Amino acid sequence: MTETEQAEKPIIRVRGLVKRFGTHVVHDGVDLDVRRGEIIGIVGGSGTGKSVLLHQIVGLLKPDAGQIEVFGQSVRDTSDEEYRDLRRRWGVMFQDGALFSSLTVRQNVEVPMKEQLDLPDDLRKTLAGIKVRMVGLPDSAQGTYPSDLSGGMRKRAGFARAISLDPEIVFLDEPTAGLDPIGAAAFDTLIGRLQAALGLTVFMVTHDLDSLHAICDRIAVLAEKKVLAVGTMAEMLEVDHPWVREYFHGPRARAALATTDTTDKDEMR
Amino acid sequence: MPPGIEVTDGRVVLSGDLLIGDVADLSRDLQDAQSVDIEQVGRMDTAGAWFILDLAAQIGGPDASAPISGASDVQTLLLDTVRENMPGADAAPDAWPSLTDRIEMIGRKAHDAWRSTVEIIGFLGQIVAALAGLVIHPRRLRLTSLVHHMQEVGWNAVPIVALMAFLIGIVLAFQGSSQLRQFGAEVFVVDLIAISILRELGILLTAIIIAGRSGSAFTAAIGSMKMREEVDAMRTLGLDPVQILVVPRVLALIFTLPFLGLIADISGLVGGALMSWIELGVSPGVFQARLVADVNIWQFAVGIIKAPFFALIIGVIGCYEGLKVGGNAESLGRLTSTSVVVSIFLVIVADAMFSVFFALVGV
Repeated sequence: MTETEQAEKPIIRVRGLVKRFGTHVVHDGVDLDVRRGEIIGIVGGSGTGKSVLLHQIVGLLKPDAGQIEVFGQSVRDTSDEEYRDLRRRWGVMFQDGALFSSLTVRQNVEVPMKEQLDLPDDLRKTLAGIKVRMVGLPDSAQGTYPSDLSGGMRKRAGFARAISLDPEIVFLDEPTAGLDPIGAAAFDTLIGRLQAALGLTVFMVTHDLDSLHAICDRIAVLAEKKVLAVGTMAEMLEVDHPWVREYFHGPRARAALATTDTTDKDEMR
Repeated sequence: MPPGIEVTDGRVVLSGDLLIGDVADLSRDLQDAQSVDIEQVGRMDTAGAWFILDLAAQIGGPDASAPISGASDVQTLLLDTVRENMPGADAAPDAWPSLTDRIEMIGRKAHDAWRSTVEIIGFLGQIVAALAGLVIHPRRLRLTSLVHHMQEVGWNAVPIVALMAFLIGIVLAFQGSSQLRQFGAEVFVVDLIAISILRELGILLTAIIIAGRSGSAFTAAIGSMKMREEVDAMRTLGLDPVQILVVPRVLALIFTLPFLGLIADISGLVGGALMSWIELGVSPGVFQARLVADVNIWQFAVGIIKAPFFALIIGVIGCYEGLKVGGNAESLGRLTSTSVVVSIFLVIVADAMFSVFFALVGV
């Protein structure tokens, strides 16, 4: 396969996904393509299954029907061996960081390296240290335990663990939720910068309109149990669906749009 | 493509993919190279970038790192990002505690133990105050909650307590009979079983089981409420957590533990009688007759009197440890096990003190 062909093939491909919890249908025919190297933002009202979609893609939940392919490989029917290899190529950041509370920040970042690779201790510590600094945490945070960190720092540390092995895809579950506006903006910048430097594909569940404006290449809207629309911010503004209109034309959206229009998107990187 | 490293014309030429799994194995025998050429490098990750920068620093000496040539735009971006984030020389090593630290640790532990003793006594005072408040305003008692906990810690524990005591009765009869047979005093097995179960084992083992079963449940339930800030929410709403969470639990234990003790006594005696019958041929009728003739009612009372005190200990420790839980899941687990260990320990200490007391008053 040549480089261009690989670039054209979606890195994540979801087709006809169905997920039910009991009688409650969360997804009914979700289709979604994520291209290599893009930042895609998933939006949707509360309870529309954004996180559920993320959990299914990374294999934490089994879909009831449909196909999920990551790197051209089905996530549903993989052997344990293949799933292990797949996991090495993606990183997941959970809502509150989901750091292991018994380990220090740096040890948390070292966990994937220990699990997947056989590195000398010094090298592993150095590399983990670089990752911790990359996400903007001070050196003094390396030896602290997650319970002693603020919410924003925990998120950063969770991000550092997610990119510990330089994955090709990073899944972020509400990366800026619960951060103050300055912290959220800094996190956006961080995601954009690391995405460019490490060539990441970023799959981001978010509610933050500012993040969507600032760093997302494309946006997918989850509503009515499927992906209602996928496209750039400009395309989203054209979509004629009550919920999408309300979301992207509401007062908060207008405010976010007004502030980010003045800053060039590429400048953020 | 596997990575390669070679030195030509004073240049270190790197080739192939420089990825995290490979860089540790690359040789660093550089002779006298002056610069690093990475034109032939294919894929490169953070570890690869670190390796290149580290190499350049090694060549150039401590002050000036050697020039790096042939980087593509993306590679330059990654190299710059990693360069900015290279750990300083002061990256703290994992410290091992020194001798003074260890001595200090002992002091801290002793101080903590003393402080938590004081705190538990204070907490006991709070509970007593809340109970006194209940006497004045009986309507404040959460009756639904009390009944719920009585079912939880009392009724639901009946099967396990009864089974445990039954088996203890069997063991006592079996072991006792084989010893007493040597003196031909088999029939005294009745006194042995009755006194040891009624006076000590029935209530003590019940208390231990309840400490493991309900004490830990109290700590876990209150602890997870504390973790999710429910306890703080109660305080802001003007509700007293001691009144709402602690008092019903402690009262439920105080009310039900004597009954559980009674059930343990009965099933222990039944187990003992059954085994005496099978093993020694002491018929249930004889067992009953000797029981009534030889065993003072005080033997039974001594056991049951202790029950409310054990219940108080288990309830207070379970709730106290639960309220001590901090923000993380680890402390919940640690304090749950502390709660069980401490309450069992204190129950046994209290039992020893009761033994001395009853010996002094002569029952």
